Amino acid sequence: MKARVFVRLKSEVLDPQGQAIESALKNLNENNIKNIRQGKLIEMDIEAKNVQEAKKSIEDITLKLLANTVIEDYKIEIE
Amino acid sequence: MEISIIRFPGTNCEVDTYNAVKKVLGITSKILSCKDTVIPKSDLIIIPGGFSYGDYLRSGAIAAREPIMSDLIKKAKNGVNILGICNGFQILTECNLLPGALLKNSTLKFISKITNIQITRNDTFFSKDYDKNQSVKIPVAHHDGNYFVDQETLRAIEENAQVAMRYAEPINGSLNNIAGLYNNSFNILGMMPHPERAIDNQTGSNDGIKLFQSMLKSMSL
Amino acid sequence: MPDKDIYQSHGINEDEKKLLLESLGREPTITEIGIFSVMWSEHCSYKSSRYWLKELHTSGKQVIQGPGENAGVVDIGDNQAVIFKMESHNHPSFIEPYQGAATGVGGIMRDVFTMGARPIALLNSLRFGEINHPKTKYLLSGVVSGIGGYGNCVGIPTISGETGFDSSYNGNNLVNAMCVGLTTHDKIFYSKASGIGNPVVYVGAKTGRDGIHGATMASGEFDDESEKNRPTVQVGDPYAEKLLLEACLELMQEDAIVSIQDMGAAGLTSSSVEMADKGQVGIELNLDKIPTRQKNMTAYEMMLSESQERMLMVLTPEKTQLAKEVFEKWGVDFEIVGQITDTNNLVVKHKNKVEANIPITYLTDSAPIYKRDVSPRKQKQKSTAKINQNIDIKDTILKLLNSPNICSKKWIWEQYDRSIMANTLNPAGDDAGIVRIEGTKKAIAMSSDVNPKYCTADAKKGAKQAVAECWRNIISMGAEPLAITNCLNFGNPEKPEIMYDFVKTIEGITEASRELNFPVVSGNVSLYNETNGKPINNTPTIGGVGLINDISFLEKFGHMLEGDQVFLIGNKGKNLSCSAFEEVIMGRNTEDPPDVNLKTEKINGEIVKKLINDQLLSSCHDISDGGLIISICELLIKSNIGADINIANNGNILEELFAENQSRYIISVSSNNQDKMFEILNNASIQYHHLGNITGNELKVNDKIVISLNELNEAFENLIPELMAS
Repeated sequence: MKARVFVRLKSEVLDPQGQAIESALKNLNENNIKNIRQGKLIEMDIEAKNVQEAKKSIEDITLKLLANTVIEDYKIEIE
Repeated sequence: MEISIIRFPGTNCEVDTYNAVKKVLGITSKILSCKDTVIPKSDLIIIPGGFSYGDYLRSGAIAAREPIMSDLIKKAKNGVNILGICNGFQILTECNLLPGALLKNSTLKFISKITNIQITRNDTFFSKDYDKNQSVKIPVAHHDGNYFVDQETLRAIEENAQVAMRYAEPINGSLNNIAGLYNNSFNILGMMPHPERAIDNQTGSNDGIKLFQSMLKSMSL
Repeated sequence: MPDKDIYQSHGINEDEKKLLLESLGREPTITEIGIFSVMWSEHCSYKSSRYWLKELHTSGKQVIQGPGENAGVVDIGDNQAVIFKMESHNHPSFIEPYQGAATGVGGIMRDVFTMGARPIALLNSLRFGEINHPKTKYLLSGVVSGIGGYGNCVGIPTISGETGFDSSYNGNNLVNAMCVGLTTHDKIFYSKASGIGNPVVYVGAKTGRDGIHGATMASGEFDDESEKNRPTVQVGDPYAEKLLLEACLELMQEDAIVSIQDMGAAGLTSSSVEMADKGQVGIELNLDKIPTRQKNMTAYEMMLSESQERMLMVLTPEKTQLAKEVFEKWGVDFEIVGQITDTNNLVVKHKNKVEANIPITYLTDSAPIYKRDVSPRKQKQKSTAKINQNIDIKDTILKLLNSPNICSKKWIWEQYDRSIMANTLNPAGDDAGIVRIEGTKKAIAMSSDVNPKYCTADAKKGAKQAVAECWRNIISMGAEPLAITNCLNFGNPEKPEIMYDFVKTIEGITEASRELNFPVVSGNVSLYNETNGKPINNTPTIGGVGLINDISFLEKFGHMLEGDQVFLIGNKGKNLSCSAFEEVIMGRNTEDPPDVNLKTEKINGEIVKKLINDQLLSSCHDISDGGLIISICELLIKSNIGADINIANNGNILEELFAENQSRYIISVSSNNQDKMFEILNNASIQYHHLGNITGNELKVNDKIVISLNELNEAFENLIPELMAS
């Protein structure tokens, strides 16, 4: 199975990279866009009996290493 | 007096730190590999600066999960003194020995300069030789030094006087200008400035000497 | 069988194709065409420049190894040596500024630690288009973070550099990176392979399809399509480099390495060929053993890949196991991929098939070499614009300080870790960076210099000036200049006027380096720096290294102090031709740059060095862009103090303030030391002039012109931060 973990800064944490992208877009006159947040996508293959099991393992490693929940939120996708 | 310095792949300040300890205190420290599982008996453990594991994923994140860290955490909880410098500070927050996290500088750029730092208190293992509220000059060199923690913890840190040092003026977006932080039992200090690069006026400042001397004095007690 | 166009698409022209077929005596395989194409490319073979490079002055008793190895080696006494080189990464940095600049730094560092030296300092010389050109901001920001991102992570201080802006670089920026390393005489490693049967070992990062044909790309001109070349640019991994560095230096403590060579441009091909060629032996590679990052890579791809952070070594068989253990400890791939043979051929095997079998000399000695046509460019019309003698001098000084080529580059160097290794002795922005040698009183001073405007107006005078300025900058830090490396950045050498300038440049460098005993020990040539037929300004960057035997004087050196007297060493300024004043204030460029009198240069320099080492001076700065008054302003800004300067009214005040005549320094001296200084100056009978004294917090010139320190600071510091924030 393919697993994807999306990690991004929590909404209450300042995201200067997101802000930089937003101001760059404003300079390009893209004024309809706001609240940009930049994050990262971590992809992997996983062997598991079913989606639930895969999701649980991925959640484990996410909490163990991939995301720092002091500052980051995460979302897991399995397919 | 036993001092251990932990090296991870990508650590690059272990030699500077070793030299500073040697020059200022006359002590030969041990440089340990992070693959070791036991840290020999030490009065002080230093996690030096660098880019452990390239700082890929997050600064300090991978290093914080290395085998040696379980023993370090155990020793920290037993009161062994630990100093984390720059990447060492990031590693200490990643393994939850210190609260909060270090984000990318708000400038989004690496910052390398000699910086004015205020030492907040002079009654800890690490700060005895400084004056209270002493202003010092110590170089910083980091990309992720922007200290963040939730408001509630921040309030607790301030009430508990755990802030060890602050930037004299904002440089990287750190909350309350925090440049260095103690844990709540004051045996652990994480700091972004590099005291090991401030032991000689010829290289710009010797204001880091007192940090090393404070630690020696405390260890000798 | 390869079709006709395949040669063309590999940058092999008709004559070269003929030569290739005649020497080989059969149709080449596609892998062989790839190998020939990179080995015969401008980048690897120096086919346009080799004929002339032989003319360079490369010897001196300080020289341990001159050009021809991975880097040059110079003796600094006490059994110690410095190893250094400068290299260009221009084309990759234009296509992808961050990665192009980062891999440039990685490559030059490997050249230095390949030879056994631990890198102790990095420098760079950068050129961008006009400051307001739409791409400049993006390129500047990307290149600077790329240089910092790599050097900071490996942990080597970036201590000095220069950055210039000019419209000729609008479509073709320059990134020249220099690395200096330290070793002992008994630990210098060379690339010459030997020992039939000795194992050939691959260490470092895995091979991917990166930068295939990077070397041929770096030898072709740009056009508007170039940005589509993006995928061939390599990605740097400074973390892998750090591990490779530590593993190599650890193994170098053992007698295990026979020869070692960085895999730079043209990767496995050029490293294996160069090692075998130097040793006059053959080399056989078994590509089945190459650690690869991607599946199903062909022999062609493996031989041409430019993946970074890799090395090739020949080891002694008995120490091979030990070597493997060292590399495995550092987590670095280690594979025996071949052996040294007595065939004098490069033999490449893959999946039980011989993919290439080429006599090494066909790739090296018999590679094409061109003595291209030369003809001087047309003299430009002399400008007749008159200088307005009533110009507002205060305004002029502030405009110059606020101009792109003179203003502070703090925005740039604050992104480079300068203090790591805890041996950097001076603040950024000085004439040269200084790094102390741990455990000694010695230090190394380093600088990189060139004035492309001079070099384009008159290639020979400009080249001489670049060498002299580098020498002068090292002198200004009290160091003994030892040797230089260079990076010769030019346009298309097939244009006779560019080739003419190249030849004149070599003449200028040779003359100056011979006279100043400042030999060339390593270097690099970057040609075809053109976009849509428009060449860059000639930019022969000179990187120099000098030795301070005793750093004691530094304790009280570097800042002008209240009460100090200010002197000019050298002649009064006379000629505004080619100056920053002309460019910035009058908006014109003329064709006659200041000439360097090398005899005067040498005498003035030797005396200034003596004054500094005798601890008589509080500060010293050479006079370059902007002239005497700009040099004084820079010292005042650094020292955070004012001065009262008097320029005699009998001369031309604009020329005295702003002319860029050569071989000159501004020095400051305390009243206590003045007499001793006069004695030395008068004995040497060199020209000097009293200019004024240090006092207060404003610059006063002839009592009439008054500029506060604040105004000086703002003009000097604000330009780049304002540009980058906009």
